[in-house]
Amino acid sequence: MHSFDYLRPATLEEATRLFRENADAKFLAGGQTLIPTLKQRLAQPSALIDLTRIQGLAGVKSATGGITIGAATRHADVASAPEIRKSLPALARLADHIGDPAVRHMGTLGGSIANNDPAADYPAAVLALGATVHTIARSVAADDFFTGMFETALAEGEIIKAVTFPVPEKAAYAKFANPASRYAMVGVFVAKFSTGVRVAVTGAAPCVFREAAMEAALTRSFAPGAVAGISVSPEGLNSDLHGTAEYRAHLVTVMARRAVEAALG
Amino acid sequence: MTTIALTVNDKPVKGEVEPRTLLVHFLREQLKLTGTHVGCDTSQCGACVVHVDGRAVKACTMLAVQAEGTSVTTIEGLAQGDTLHPVQAAFREHHGLQCGFCTPGMIMTAVDMIRRTPDLDEKAIRAGLEGNLCRCTGYHNIVKAIEAAAREMKRSA
Repeated sequence: MHSFDYLRPATLEEATRLFRENADAKFLAGGQTLIPTLKQRLAQPSALIDLTRIQGLAGVKSATGGITIGAATRHADVASAPEIRKSLPALARLADHIGDPAVRHMGTLGGSIANNDPAADYPAAVLALGATVHTIARSVAADDFFTGMFETALAEGEIIKAVTFPVPEKAAYAKFANPASRYAMVGVFVAKFSTGVRVAVTGAAPCVFREAAMEAALTRSFAPGAVAGISVSPEGLNSDLHGTAEYRAHLVTVMARRAVEAALG
Repeated sequence: MTTIALTVNDKPVKGEVEPRTLLVHFLREQLKLTGTHVGCDTSQCGACVVHVDGRAVKACTMLAVQAEGTSVTTIEGLAQGDTLHPVQAAFREHHGLQCGFCTPGMIMTAVDMIRRTPDLDEKAIRAGLEGNLCRCTGYHNIVKAIEAAAREMKRSA
């Protein structure tokens, strides 16, 4: 690793001030992506600003509008939170299958979606559930948040405070995990609301996306058969040593069907 | 350099570290607690697993400065004097190791697993070992050891 300064603000205001004062600083949450990136010298920040000791940035709150999860909440705490397991078990289950137990004790919701790795799990849940991302400056709808590969709507220095997830009637996430990394080769999150069904796909393309044809079919009939015959075009999907675009396109249909089965199960 | 203060194996510890010093290097090179191993250095193998405030983490993917004010337990902190921790005893009894390199991380992961889920079956144990690699491929006896330790800890709880 290149050397850097380490700064530990106690408040969001202090974090923002430190970011302004340190050119090329980066925010540090759980560090489960950032530290490996630094070890490979793929990033060279002047300073790391640790957000995890800021009061009130971690925790789960349940209200009529949905479940609000603090940005610094660890994956393990999302997986085990009683209110999430009760009202939104699909999200608890997703969090419980990120990486491995040690990674889940460190990694955070805010860190995951701010990084927007093409194969990360949380972006699928945020997008399919139509969640709202609350930052220090504004609230951003999920549909406007994920803008490209490792790109989000966050401005320079804009810190995520929390994410509010509406509670669906039914939901499930099905992932075909890469056997080595446990990242999603393809992951599909299906969420059924009284107003319609939303389907979000991660791992398949450079950025999480909604699958309109599947949403329309599932809104008409929420059954595995409604998506089993929908084939996804491989155009624009990822091809790498783990699988071709055609393979991933096929997996989208399979994972969508499994997610619907799980949501009904 | 930054001064850090934390608790390691129930003893207060202070150290001077660079911000980029990994927790595992602080433990091994400054505190000479070499039971915690570095296998892959890329968050995959789990040989470096220690507990930070009671939770298993990969010490190669955490900065020493992030551990400021926490309580860290390493493999050296598990036994009570000459009495092995039940998980250590079970690994010995069930031959849960071959070369032994992965063993400290396996045991720290197992202790954490049993803390979270006292009723462990084989499937749950194998899922819980997701982040720990044994390149002797001695998983069968590791799983047996953890099953036995979980049973023993429940019985004597």
